Amino acid sequence: MQGAVGFAERAGHILLSARFWRGTLATAVFLLVWEAVARAGLVRVPAPSSALVTFNDLMRDPSFWFSWYLSTRRVFAGFLAAMLVGIPLGLGMAVSRILYGIVFPVFEVLRPIPPLAWVPAAIIFWPTQELSIMFVTFLGAFYTVVINVIDGAQTIDLRYYQAARSMGSSSWDIFRRIILPGTVPSIVVGATVGIGIAWAVVVAAEMISGGGSVGSMGGASGGGLGFFIWNSYVGGSYNQIVVGMISIGIAGYISSALLRKLGELVTPWLHEQ
Amino acid sequence: MNYEPPRGSPIADARAPALAAQGGCKGAIRIANVVKIYGSEGAGVRAVDDCTFHVPAGKITVVVGPSGCGKTTLLNAIAGFHSITSGTIHLDDALLCGPGRPKADPGPDRIVVFQNGALFPWKTIVENVAFGPIVQGRLSRKAAFEKARMMLAETGLHNLETNYPGEISSGMRRRVEIARALMNDPKVLLLDEPYRALDSLTKSVMHEALLETFDRNRVTIFFITHDLEEAIFLGHHVVIMTTRPCRPKKILTVDIPHPRDYSVLTAKRFREYLDETVEAVHEEALKAFAAGERER
Ligand SMILES: Nc1ncnc2c1ncn2[C@@H]1O[C@H](COP(=O)(O)OP(=O)(O)OP(=O)(O)O)[C@@H](O)[C@H]1O
Ligand SMILES: [Mg+2]
Repeated sequence: MQGAVGFAERAGHILLSARFWRGTLATAVFLLVWEAVARAGLVRVPAPSSALVTFNDLMRDPSFWFSWYLSTRRVFAGFLAAMLVGIPLGLGMAVSRILYGIVFPVFEVLRPIPPLAWVPAAIIFWPTQELSIMFVTFLGAFYTVVINVIDGAQTIDLRYYQAARSMGSSSWDIFRRIILPGTVPSIVVGATVGIGIAWAVVVAAEMISGGGSVGSMGGASGGGLGFFIWNSYVGGSYNQIVVGMISIGIAGYISSALLRKLGELVTPWLHEQ
Repeated sequence: MNYEPPRGSPIADARAPALAAQGGCKGAIRIANVVKIYGSEGAGVRAVDDCTFHVPAGKITVVVGPSGCGKTTLLNAIAGFHSITSGTIHLDDALLCGPGRPKADPGPDRIVVFQNGALFPWKTIVENVAFGPIVQGRLSRKAAFEKARMMLAETGLHNLETNYPGEISSGMRRRVEIARALMNDPKVLLLDEPYRALDSLTKSVMHEALLETFDRNRVTIFFITHDLEEAIFLGHHVVIMTTRPCRPKKILTVDIPHPRDYSVLTAKRFREYLDETVEAVHEEALKAFAAGERER
């Protein structure tokens, strides 16, 4: 938007801000303490430095990146499906009392079931393991998206409806020009939280469902960062476990940051210049 | 028509046609025997009771009264945001609501400006102002935006076009909202304490801007406020309401010619009107307070 100058300026701002340095310092202290504890042999967790060495090796291992790719693909597939189904459903439930009356009881019974409890059923139901993992990921994000959409639509101030009505809006105008934009901020919140849950779910689902062929690039099923961690555990490679865990942290962080940025783009009125 | 003039009101029935005939002004509201009970007939809150008065076309009528007496209820009934229990409300010769038709249809001939403002936060100022003609299909998008820009320029707000409402001061927001209302060529502007949240300095600027707008458009204005100085400064007529249930206690005709400016505030006649209003309102406020004590 603003080009390179704007970016450099912003980067400069970040580097100068106290918040940035506090964060960096805290991370550094955390790593140092961990390193010391690990070297002193107090815990059997590998030290960050040795994990870093392992990471360096893994960087050149395509199957490690393939795990990243598999998990990311599942997260985004499940997440996008949750958005595609959840947003219209939530909006529909918010505007139609009938639809709300039909769907909500079912929804409230299914919602407390943790997505991971669905894994066995999903594997039986869906033709491929890939689809079943994606389905479980979808569930993880779905409830949060729907709840946020309904809540967002229902908390739009009555005055906006009244103003729109008195200026001659049809029901369709009200939906398109009031309900939809009025719900966007909640959709963004739901999406940001939802993708975090999707990451949590995908990793666990991958561990449960097993991998079959983690090493092979062409593997039709299995793999992913969750399986990578599990496999490292089974193989006794503790350094890889740490690398796998940190990878998930980073992937989740990047996804949320991406969604926040996207969210800012679709809600320009909440971000004053 | 079964309209009865309020007893002892200076806006007598005989004068109404004369006012309506003046310069072909449109937008006279006749409120007759309006009752509004919230909740069930037996146990509900009687917010408006047998309320009768006249809002003459092309004039500013200000309604004052104790907090919670039912002013907003009356305004919402005119706007068509909710039903009335009985009575009739006419806009010019058309029945807005009455027997067999408890709720008026909201429409662009009566636009409300809310106390807390209702500019759409997700639309820029110019998009907000252009909203009415676009949804009514009266103007193309392009023409509506053009007219909105003109309207904003007229009120000295053109530099705010691309801002969002959240980015401008509350005083500016109120002015934009009035501009948005006027885009619909309404017969009546219904203002519900639009300046309540503003500091007195901003308020005085708003008053002059509103009067200027009024002089330009000659739209009927129905204005609710708690601020008695504001009421007399703006109003051709000031309707003082009783405490709940709400009905006119006294209707004052402010005989100070428009266009008015702030020098009026120090005029002897202005002070006299103010004293008269204060006395009537204070009496009702005391009653309201006593009623509140009893309810406790
Ligand atoms: N939806 C509602 N249901 C039940 N009672 C209501 C409702 N709206 C308002 N009331 C009651 O009706 C009475 C009149 O309310 P209203 O808002 O019209 O008063 P008001 O004169 O505008 O007050 P204020 O000066 O504080 O704005 C109040 O006692 C209020 O509690
Ligand atoms: Mg009110």
